[in-house]
Amino acid sequence: MIEIENVRKSFGQLEVLKGINLTVEKGEVLTIIGGSGSGKSTLLTCINGLETIDSGRIVVDGTDVHAKGTDLNKLRRKLGIVFQQFNAFPHLTVLENVMLAPVKVLGQSKAEAEAMAVKQLTHVGLGDKLKVYPSRMSGGQQQRMAIARALAMSPAYMLFDEVTSALDPQLVGEVLDTLRMLASEGMTMICVTHEMKFAREVSDRVAFFHKGVMAEIAPPEALFGAPKDADLKTFLAATH
Amino acid sequence: MFDTALTLADLGFLAKGAAMTLAVTAVSVLAGTVLGVLFGVIRNQVGPYWSMPLTFLLDIFRSVPLLIQLVLGNAMQSIMKLGWAPFTTSCVVLSLYTAAYCTEIVRGGISSVPATTRRAARSLGMTWWQDMRYIVAPLATRVSLPAWIGLTLGVMKDSALVLWLGLIELLRASQILVTRLQEPLFILLICGAIYFIISFPIARLGGYLERRWSND
Ligand SMILES: Nc1ncnc2c1ncn2[C@@H]1O[C@H](COP(=O)(O)OP(=O)(O)O)[C@@H](O)[C@H]1O
Ligand SMILES: [Mg+2]
Repeated sequence: MIEIENVRKSFGQLEVLKGINLTVEKGEVLTIIGGSGSGKSTLLTCINGLETIDSGRIVVDGTDVHAKGTDLNKLRRKLGIVFQQFNAFPHLTVLENVMLAPVKVLGQSKAEAEAMAVKQLTHVGLGDKLKVYPSRMSGGQQQRMAIARALAMSPAYMLFDEVTSALDPQLVGEVLDTLRMLASEGMTMICVTHEMKFAREVSDRVAFFHKGVMAEIAPPEALFGAPKDADLKTFLAATH
Repeated sequence: MFDTALTLADLGFLAKGAAMTLAVTAVSVLAGTVLGVLFGVIRNQVGPYWSMPLTFLLDIFRSVPLLIQLVLGNAMQSIMKLGWAPFTTSCVVLSLYTAAYCTEIVRGGISSVPATTRRAARSLGMTWWQDMRYIVAPLATRVSLPAWIGLTLGVMKDSALVLWLGLIELLRASQILVTRLQEPLFILLICGAIYFIISFPIARLGGYLERRWSND
């Protein structure tokens, strides 16, 4: 369970998160929508401790992320995250990309890590790209590799930050399909996305962020069918 | 072929000079690179403000002519009664000189690794050290290699200046022979050829590594 309690965060003068309260249960798929600059990415990076918070609390399975004694490297093993940019390690093959952290961080044997990597890469449809270098792959393939790389750590939660935003339109589908597959397998996920149709399909709940505030949160039928927040209405009208 | 007073023993003398050039260069490039990596990482880690003293110091080594550094270094070790041999003094000064340039190369290499790539590594639970070791080091090395090869070749040629401390390296050995045999063109030709023979493999190694890494 991820518990976010009254989290505030500023960059200099700019308050980016203005008291966020949110709980994500095990097995839940939460999508976050909202305009650019509304604080969505910042929230995700606060959850895995890449960013600090100014006040409030984020607790993952009982561990306070921003408490002094917290071993963030250990915590991050259970929080997979995939970003908008393709973050392949360009000097490693696809297989090596996926094996690196399990071997170095989890201390798995090469054989163990390779078996897991092959399994995850096959799962995301890259079973035939093991020896290829990332630069030889399309953006969609690189994003699927990044997903497999995160999954190889056997995380309890997956965070996705606009993973299709940097893709050519014809490549968006294959990555969304991978996310749908994970959702259907029961993975606990927080997906920041601009794909409204996708959000409507996979989400248990959808949260709308506006200027650092979580203005509305509801199951997709309610949020898209009968939005209450005025800014959400404007936002939805603008997207379609 | 043509007449020359150059004997086999003289060639051996040149070879010994070349060995000295190689020794001074190898020690200085090795030590300078280790220091350069260390300083480069520190500069990257602490940011421009806190690394100002270090940057200033290294700027001195980069801007004062090497000859002056060697002479001052030698004077300093003598004033401080360190009792260093000319070889030691030469290597210390050349190492710091190399380190000053190498620091810039390393800093550039490290900052060429995208922050987002490093963030992805840390997100997988890698420690700072693991990120440095498995992601930053290989990527930065690829970017820095051409400049580092250039630095190494430059230091090898600059190392001729240690003759001012009395070391008989390749150029000094050639000078001695020129004075004795009065065949400057022929001997300097040989001297230049030896410099080339030493440099060529280093330059080729760089080319080879660049090609090997170009597939990714
Ligand atoms: N590291 C940072 N330093 C300063 N400002 C930042 C930083 N990261 C994000 N911001 C600012 O915080 C605001 C929210 O950013 P972000 O969380 O990325 O929004 P979103 O993902 O919803 O588009 C933006 O105005 C952005 O410019
Ligand atoms: Mg964002």
